[in-house]
Parts: sequence; C-alpha cells; structure tokens
Amino acid sequence: MTTETVKATQTATEKTVRISGSEAIIKCMLAEGVEILYGYPGGAIMPVYDELYKYRDQIHHVLTRHEQGAAHAAQGYARISGKVGVAMATSGPGATNLITGIADAQIDSTPLVCITGQVASHLLGSDAFQETDIVGISTPVTKWNVQITKAADIPEVMAKAFYIARSGRPGPVLVDITKDAQFEEFDFKYEKCKSVRSYKSVCKTNPESVKKAADLINSAKKPMIVWGQGIILGKAEAELKAVIEKAGIPSAWTILGASALPTSHPLNIGMVGMHGNYAPNMLTNECDVLIAIGMRFDDRVTGNLATYAKQAKVVHFEIDPAEIDKNVKTDVAVLGDAKASLTALLPLLNETTHTEWHNKFKELYAVEYEKVIKDDLHPTKEGLTMGEVINQINEQSKGDAAIVSDVGQHQMIACRYAKFNKTKSNITSGGLGTMGFALPAAIGAKMAAPDRDVVAIIGDGGYQMNIQELGTIFQQKVPVKIVVLNNEFLGMVRQWQQLFFDKRYASTEMTNPDFVAIAKGYYIDAKRVSKREELADAVAEMMACEGAYFLEVCVEKEDNVFPMIPTGASVSDIRLS
Amino acid sequence: MENINTYTISIYTENNIGLLNRISAIFQRRHINIESLNTSISEIEGVSRFTIVVNLEEDRIKKIVGQIEKQVEVIKAYYHTDEETIYQESCMFKLKSDLLFEEREIQNIIKDSNARIVTVNKEFFVLEKSGRRNEIEQLYRDFSAYGIMQFVRSGRIAVTKDEMKISQMLAAFN
Ligand SMILES: Cc1ncc(C[n+]2csc(CCOP(=O)(O)OP(=O)(O)O)c2C)c(N)n1
Repeated sequence: MTTETVKATQTATEKTVRISGSEAIIKCMLAEGVEILYGYPGGAIMPVYDELYKYRDQIHHVLTRHEQGAAHAAQGYARISGKVGVAMATSGPGATNLITGIADAQIDSTPLVCITGQVASHLLGSDAFQETDIVGISTPVTKWNVQITKAADIPEVMAKAFYIARSGRPGPVLVDITKDAQFEEFDFKYEKCKSVRSYKSVCKTNPESVKKAADLINSAKKPMIVWGQGIILGKAEAELKAVIEKAGIPSAWTILGASALPTSHPLNIGMVGMHGNYAPNMLTNECDVLIAIGMRFDDRVTGNLATYAKQAKVVHFEIDPAEIDKNVKTDVAVLGDAKASLTALLPLLNETTHTEWHNKFKELYAVEYEKVIKDDLHPTKEGLTMGEVINQINEQSKGDAAIVSDVGQHQMIACRYAKFNKTKSNITSGGLGTMGFALPAAIGAKMAAPDRDVVAIIGDGGYQMNIQELGTIFQQKVPVKIVVLNNEFLGMVRQWQQLFFDKRYASTEMTNPDFVAIAKGYYIDAKRVSKREELADAVAEMMACEGAYFLEVCVEKEDNVFPMIPTGASVSDIRLS
Repeated sequence: MENINTYTISIYTENNIGLLNRISAIFQRRHINIESLNTSISEIEGVSRFTIVVNLEEDRIKKIVGQIEKQVEVIKAYYHTDEETIYQESCMFKLKSDLLFEEREIQNIIKDSNARIVTVNKEFFVLEKSGRRNEIEQLYRDFSAYGIMQFVRSGRIAVTKDEMKISQMLAAFN
C-alpha cells in the first residue's frame, strides 16, 4: 500500500455518516464479519428488520420458527465455526424465548451476541405492551448485558459486545435496544474494540507455574490428562496432541472436549463422567498426577468430590481464574490461554512412554467392551440399539461428520460412540442439558460449515421440543441429516426411574405422532426403520441425500446407558450394569 | 465446618447501571446473606467502590470474590478481616426535643458517646453518631428507655490498612 492509499483508507474509516440506529446495528454486524443471523421479528425490533431488508445481499437473516430455535441455531453456528453467533428477537416474549439458549451458551462458554428490541425509552418501567426487563432477566445467564437508549451509543456498545463475547472465556452477551434509539439518527463511525478497562480477558501464562507443572508431570509415574472444551475454544488441539505424545500420557475428555483429539489416537482413553468410559473414571482414583486442561471439574465429571482423585496431585490449566480451586483443590494452577500454556509446557516435558500404566486403561477397556460396548455396537438380541445406529453412521461417514446431539440417552450414546476425526465435531448441550437443542443447533452448524456432513441425533422427546424448526430447514434448504432414536420414552428419565425409583414410570412414556408424515409435511425426505436389516441402507440413503433428510429409527424401548456413576457416588463406583 | 468470620469485601468497579444487580445475584444464588452493603465513589475518578459485609468461611469468601472479579465491569475485588481494616458505620437518631432539655442523663449520653447534634427544633432533635457497631448499639439501648422517634443505620464503610494498588492496576489494563 502506498502512503496515499493508507491515508485514504484511514480517512474513509474515520469519516462519519449520518444514519439511523437500526442501520448502525447492521453496519456494526458487518464490521464484525457477521454473515448470518438467526431471529424472529416483532414490533420493538421492526426498524432493524426494515434495514435488514436493505442489506439482504450482505447479511443473511434466518427466520427460525421460535426464538429459542434462533438462539440454539446461533450456538450451533458458533460452536462449529469458532465465530460469534448472532440471534435477534423482539421485546417481551421474543426476548424471553431466547433465554434458554442464552443460559445454555453461558454454561457452555459459547460466544453469542443477542440483540433484542425494547419499548421506547419513555415507556421503560411503565409495563408497556411487550415490555419485560430483559436486562434484569438475563443478568445471571449472560457474560455481559446492556441496554441502549441512545443511538449514539450503538457503535461502542456493539464493538464491546462482540469483543466480550469472543474473548477470554467466551460467552453470551445481550444488547437490548429501545425502539426510539433504533429510529434516532446520528453520526456513525465504527471502531473495533481491542480492550475494555476492568476486563482482563486472558492472563499471560506465568512461566514459573508452567515450570512447576512440568516438574510435577515429569515426576509422575501414573499421569492422566483430562481435557475439556478449553482446548477447542483456545484452538490448542495441535499443542494438546504434541504434549500427550511427547509425555506419553493417557488422555481422557469431558463431553464438551470431545473431538479435540481424534477418537482413533492411541492415547485417547475416552470420556470421563457420569456415562463416561470405565477406565478413565476408575483410574482417576489411581493416577498420581491429574492434569486438567481447559475443563472445570463439573459435578457430572467428578461425582462425589470428597473421593475424587484424592491420591493425585492436581495440575489445572485454565483461562478463568474463578475456576481454580472452585471444585477441586489444585497443587499447581497454570492460568492462561491453553494454546500459550501448552506451547510453553511442551519443551519442558521429558519424552516418556508410560506403557505399563497405559496398559491398565487397555485392560479396563477390555472389561467395558465385554460387558457393555459389544452389546451396544453389535447386539445379538432382536431390538435395535442406539449404539448400532451411531456405529452405522460412523462407518458411512468414516468419522468425518459433525454430530449434533440433543439431551438424554441418545446423547450419551452418541458422545460415547461417535467417531471423530476432526475437531469441533461434537456439538451438544453439556452444562445445561437442554432438550430441544439439537435440531436448531444443527441448522446453525450446517450453515456455518456447509461442506461438512452434519448429523443430528435426537430423542423422540427432545425432538418435539423444537420440532417446529423443520420449517426453517425446509425454507432455508439446510441439508441436515436428522436421526430420531425413538424409544417411545423419555429414556434417560425412565432409566433413572428404573434404577432408583422402583420402576415407577411416572410420565415418561410417550405416544408419538407419525414423525415421517410430519417431516414429509415439511417436504423433507423421510424414512422409518425398525429392523436391523434395514438400517445400513437407510443410513446410506440418508448420507447420500443431497437435501435434508429425516430418519426415524425405532429402537429398543427400555435399553439403558452404561457405564454409569450414580449421582453423588465416587467415580470409581462406576457401574457396568 | 470451617470457622465463620466477618469479612469486608471491597470491590472497585466501573460506574455502570446494572452492576449492583449482577453482584448481589452472586450472593443470592449461593444463599449468602449480605450483612451490609454500601456503594460510593472511590479515590479514582469514574470508579465506584462497593463495601459489602458478610459472615462466611474463608474458603467460600475466596470463591465469591473470584466470581465477583469475573464480572466484566469489576476492576478488582478484595476481602479483608476486621483486623485488616479500619471501619465505621454511621447512624441517626430522631428524639423528642423535650428530652434534650429535661433529661440531664440524655445530655450526658450525648457527651460521652461523642454523638453530634445535627439539628434541633421545637418538636425533635437529630443526633448523628459514627463508630463501631457496638458503640452504635449501646447508644440505641441507652436511648430506647426514653423512646426513639426514628432510627437509621448505614452500611459499613471501610478502608484497609494495606495499600490497594488500583491505580497501577488500571494503568496495566490497557
Ligand atoms: C428442557 C428440558 N426438560 C427436561 C429435561 C430432563 N430430561 C433429561 S433427559 C430427558 C429425557 C429425554 O428423552 P428423549 O428426548 O426421548 O431422549 P432419550 O433419553 O430417550 O434418548 C429429560 C426429560 C431436560 N434435560 N431438558
């Protein structure tokens, strides 16, 4: 660039233009690289929608069929792309409908910017038509939220919103904009936010703590790694792999950490937690050094804290200082971004193979295979299992598909058995366990990664929580594959009733509609299978289909998910049946 | 169970709407009762200061402070024991004016307690007293016998004996 052109572009960005608040909102989004947003219009956000019409060639608005769908779609988009997802809604009911998605994004650290319309500022606090205090309502479930009543505040607030949503430990931000601020005209100028006073997004990795961590890891005889979504959010997959391989450490993952390391990696020992694998759960209470990376010791992972890894020294690599010692006391805490910390760690590690220790995992895997996995994946009894469906999808996708799962037994089965070759391939609602997540999240995921196969695995219960999004799939022509594993039960709850409530199946049996007819009603290709012989062909047909496809698989009604750590039990009290 | 102690939490924040809500929610969610809460400007322009008093185990207070600091608009939060701070509360008594003129004992109480007369008129007079909680409580008991028309007490305000390096911290933020 010549000096003149540099000058010219500088003046171009510094130049202000007089526009309305609503146009400013769109210009802010464009400046932040937003290409798609999900939403639903209404009175208090209409000026922004009107401007969207003008910008429809530059920014694609997806009309979902419910605002919860918009929030989840934005989440799916964010999770597979690593970018900020954007959802928009009107005031009152539109805004409150976003809340479940926002809460889900908060607990799973998903970057979202949610924009809600609000009644005109002179009406605030008057119980006006469709007025709710959405800033008050969303406070406990947002990383940050704010209300704008003056158009002139829009650029700075929007820049801050995107910056806060994606930086540090990502999360959802809600921006509420009064209708008068949307109409008001002002001199627009946009500057991206680079820092916010009072907000330190990432601590610089402290070399001393890395050295201490390395010493501890090098001294370990039986080290074990548990990584979480921090690896994916921090784009530290390669660094994780290098660390694991150099130090020869058996490594397990939390549900949101799935896919950061390929399933087939020899040091990948599976999932930890309530329905995780037998070996990593058992041996958590035997390892001498437990290395937690980008995970937060959720209670579904630790079981009873009083007995969790008590014998082990704990090293915690974490971006969020509030997570250190929150649930599990650490011996060494390495604060900072996972990529930077692991990069600093790698040269300090000794090259080792913990072969004997690793063999223990293999032995326990063999036990789990015999008692659980074999029958899940290659059943000999008549009814179809959820596991064999996942297995069939693995075979036909060769492990390249992104799996979006809902919440329940099918989710645990999908996460346990899906084969992942690529990172960001497991999109599920971890921390909140939100039924209804998968169908809209799959829409967002597929739109963000059109080149990938996106397969949603959903239970008959959760499917009906946001089934209306079939309309979005049809209208937007989103070629997602939808697999409903129909057991005619709210399976996971039924499993608990069977195991802990004397088989009193209170309100968990479901009489379902003709799902295939419903899908076809939305002009989506559909098929139902209930026999083993039909499964492979049906999956093949689904994977080969160019458009969206709905596959209902009628599975065994009362199968259970094992292994299982009952709530409050110790991880090593994991049950295989 | 660990020992429960009185802690004063000092929070330096941006002066933004809604932050009180965010901070109080952190306590509410964990069923922690706030003994007293005060917000004011601080020694730094544009920076507010919250002073919150809670009775809690140290282990829990640490976590709470971590959660408070995590809020985007919080610059820094500290917690301190009583020994580490110099603290005061302030209160006002409204009493019948007759008492002031007719009860010698009342005059003595006022003098001994170093309470200050804010205003006097025909019907009532108002006293202000700053100090430790027990001094204020003592005064309350003393006046109760004569009848108190109105009483109000502020939250604790406190400064620490040690330095809080907020200005340096703010400089480092950017
Ligand atoms: C919104 C919501 N409501 C209730 C629950 C509680 N819940 C967890 S799993 C589950 C059953 C899910 O049933 P289904 O979708 O049929 O899947 P399955 O377990 O049979 O695979 C329920 C009701 C939840 N997680 N989310």
